[in-house]
Amino acid sequence: MFSQLGHLPMDFLLIVAAVILASLGFIAGRLKAETFAFAGEERTHSRPNSHGYYVLMWALVPAVTILLAYVAFAEPLSKAWLRRELPAGFSVLSRGELASYLDAVARAAHIKGLVTGEHVFDTVTTRYDEILGTVNLATLGLVAVLSGVSLAWARARLGPRFRARVHVESGLEWFLFLCAALAIATTVGIVASLVFESMRFFAVVPATDFLFGTEWNAQTNAAFGALPLFFGTFMISFFAMLVAAPVGLYAAIYLSEYAGAKVRAVVKPILEVLAGIPTVVYGFFALLVIAPAVRAGALWLNTSLVEWGLAHGPVFAAQPTSALAAGLVMGIMVIPFVSSLSDDVISAVPQSLRDGAYAVGATKSEAVRQIVLPAALPGIIAALLLAVSRAIGETMIVVMAAGHRARISPDPTSDLTTITVQIVALLTGESEFDSPKTLSAFALGLVLFLVTLVFNLVALGVVRRFREKYE
Amino acid sequence: MSEQALSSFGTDRARKRLRRRRAADRRFKWYGRAAIGFALAALALLLASIFSQALSAATYHVVSFRIDAGRVVAAENTSGALKEVYDQVRADLFEAFPDASGTPAGRQEVSALVTRLAALPIAERLRASPARRGMEQVSLPLSDDVDLYLKGAAARQVTINFGPVAAEPTEDGQGVRLSGAGAFARLIAAASLEHANVTDVSFLVTGGRSTVRLTRLSADEAEGSLIAGTASEFGNRALCARIILAPQSERTVSDRQIAWALALKADGRVRRVPHWSLLTHTDSTQPELAGALAAIVGSFLTLLVTASLAIPVGILASIYLEEFAPKNRLTSLIEVNINNLAAVPSIVFGLLGAAVFLGVMGLPRSAPIVGGLVLALLILPVVIIASRAALKAVPDSIRQGALAVGASRMQTVFHHVLPLAAPGMLTGAILGMARALGETAPLLLIGMVAFVADVPRGPGDEASALPVLIYSWATQAERAWEPMTGAVILILLAFLIAMNVAVVYLRHKFERRW
Repeated sequence: MFSQLGHLPMDFLLIVAAVILASLGFIAGRLKAETFAFAGEERTHSRPNSHGYYVLMWALVPAVTILLAYVAFAEPLSKAWLRRELPAGFSVLSRGELASYLDAVARAAHIKGLVTGEHVFDTVTTRYDEILGTVNLATLGLVAVLSGVSLAWARARLGPRFRARVHVESGLEWFLFLCAALAIATTVGIVASLVFESMRFFAVVPATDFLFGTEWNAQTNAAFGALPLFFGTFMISFFAMLVAAPVGLYAAIYLSEYAGAKVRAVVKPILEVLAGIPTVVYGFFALLVIAPAVRAGALWLNTSLVEWGLAHGPVFAAQPTSALAAGLVMGIMVIPFVSSLSDDVISAVPQSLRDGAYAVGATKSEAVRQIVLPAALPGIIAALLLAVSRAIGETMIVVMAAGHRARISPDPTSDLTTITVQIVALLTGESEFDSPKTLSAFALGLVLFLVTLVFNLVALGVVRRFREKYE
Repeated sequence: MSEQALSSFGTDRARKRLRRRRAADRRFKWYGRAAIGFALAALALLLASIFSQALSAATYHVVSFRIDAGRVVAAENTSGALKEVYDQVRADLFEAFPDASGTPAGRQEVSALVTRLAALPIAERLRASPARRGMEQVSLPLSDDVDLYLKGAAARQVTINFGPVAAEPTEDGQGVRLSGAGAFARLIAAASLEHANVTDVSFLVTGGRSTVRLTRLSADEAEGSLIAGTASEFGNRALCARIILAPQSERTVSDRQIAWALALKADGRVRRVPHWSLLTHTDSTQPELAGALAAIVGSFLTLLVTASLAIPVGILASIYLEEFAPKNRLTSLIEVNINNLAAVPSIVFGLLGAAVFLGVMGLPRSAPIVGGLVLALLILPVVIIASRAALKAVPDSIRQGALAVGASRMQTVFHHVLPLAAPGMLTGAILGMARALGETAPLLLIGMVAFVADVPRGPGDEASALPVLIYSWATQAERAWEPMTGAVILILLAFLIAMNVAVVYLRHKFERRW
């Protein structure tokens, strides 16, 4: 019966165990509290329910800790155990091959009663299933023992003078803190995984070759010079800002300085819609409408320039997907990022500055250009920086409309590739991160993370100081 | 001095300068209007292009057949039943177009009107009710190329209707000669307008079930070879001429297939019906069979995981930061962190998921549970920031009132502040979920881009998601995927609009000014 228990879906079992323990804890705590609370001999500090919650809390803490540890470590642990037991014949497999073999075993073990007919594989799978069953049983046992002990200890502490509510509340505050600290854990997780995998990459490919090399051919593990990717990212972000900066800025100026309340109430939400459309939809739009239009325009220019005698052959590459198309669409996407933050900072400039300008005879546009904009400049710069950061990190538009060829070309109608495109291309369909090819994606991710981090930090700092100045 | 200065406002130079300054003012205002106009026009163009694509995918063409259900039910397994259905469909088509069915190439061309896999739903349905016997009327989708042609999207064409003419078979019996004084003048005029002639592109003349491809055309007489039907059908009836402005070699649908589809249409066997299979089918390699059901369910499961993690954790974190956190360096570190995480590119979260959830923890690839976890981390800052704003909006007097009657800080927050902040938190949570629903890049990195033909039954199964489906359909080469992609985008946008409407409604209903 116990061996059967070890093969039920463990996550489910553990959650059931936690719920049972929690209920048991509450009942145990509350029952004990009732014995002294309703005896009426002594005023109790906390109400019976608080005592119940106190015991519940201590019953849950070990159970939940073990549950989280189980989710994170059960499979790696079982695999490590299995690897130790594998016969010597398996040593011909490389680390990566072994890992993917074990993955296949783990997957097969999850499908009950699967027999592939391949003797070795089936034997290994059966053994893995046994190991996993043992680990599961041990985990369940551990939960029962630790939570039981913890529950009994907590129950023993209860008494009329025991400040159960205070303890429960401070426990709850700790839990709230842990939730908030998850943000730090996420950042740590991001930095750790990026740095760790990048270190493995830089052990194979020198960092200088990666940062300054001009040839990129990662799919074949041949060349890892990422300069063309940086160039492509820069070009496309540049085109995006060429659209978004003037449009976003003028839209913000018009909305905050000229437009009436009615126009504002209609136009502002519509501009926000641009930010709410999923980027994959922009990608489809770029692929379907803008890229063919850019190509047609480039082809027309090619022939026209020759006709006008300004060129002797085709000037533009006129590729079906192009940096210009991706940049234009990305520019449309980031308009609201520029306009909404700029609108905020322009509105935050005190009215007295405008009144001062009008008092010395400035027209409205002069007041805006010479007084309001310089005063709002830090905030506007921050808005532009955030938009650039958004453009650099944007993925789907460039994946669909920018192209995969890594090269340095100033021609806006040629297809360029970017950091994000290559990350997607390198990792799609890969499950093992052991070749330089897949590891290079993490190095690219690290560069992307650091660059956007700098932009964000500078922008957030500028905005904060701007707010402090006027609020 | 002052008198001099004042009077200088009246000089011509001053007036001119003022005019210039006012013109600059007007120009400046127009720049702003142009910027907003540009943004709105871009949005309109985007929506219009997607709507027009989706509109074409909202309906599709099906052909009806009569199938002997008894023989299908008798097959021993599904693939046997599929073969039986498709064999009957093909036999039916061969019977309808006997002149093409003599050669293997001709038979293949005829069978290409309906994809083999299109018979699968019929086979499964018939097998599900084994009591069925006798002939059944069934409808199968036309192949995507023919469907696109019938919708007028495969190639540009000019259609001219013209009156009855005399028709007689040519001497070899393979062709038709049509004659009538000046009957073809309009056709010739239309052709010359498009610089088309019968040797380069196809001129098809259809009468009833029969179609002839012209080889010679003059104002009074036209001659061509029959590609479907019989010569006798052309006499004394209204005819329809189509100039298809792309040579056959540049099309995926041949002249004969067009003629057959038109013949089936004339019989009333080809009908245009609502494309419900978009919602009820799963992904397929054939555009006419593909649907978004698996992706909708996958997205739903993913969001379920995301919501059950991000919303409670985000709300609790915001309560801590807004109500309990002491002002120290750890707290400010957490705050900077959250603001910064909100601006980290989404693909970096995908890398995190790939390295930690797949690599270290060994969770299953392509599963909603992993996608949900990654998206939860991604939208956590959004939820936290929105929830904090909602808590900030609750006035301090509420807190002080509760504290004054002896509530503990925890009781103050959970009994008094939280209920008042709940609507604001809820709208923030919904907006976060809307963001998660449209997110694609992180899901690509954790393998949710794999072709999934089954509807996932739990968060641990292989699954796709709506935005990923859009990505994979949009990058397919075949033309027929474009309208399909547009339709799926509309489905996605419909969900997003529903979420945002809910937000607006909640705000409107619970908005409260203190």
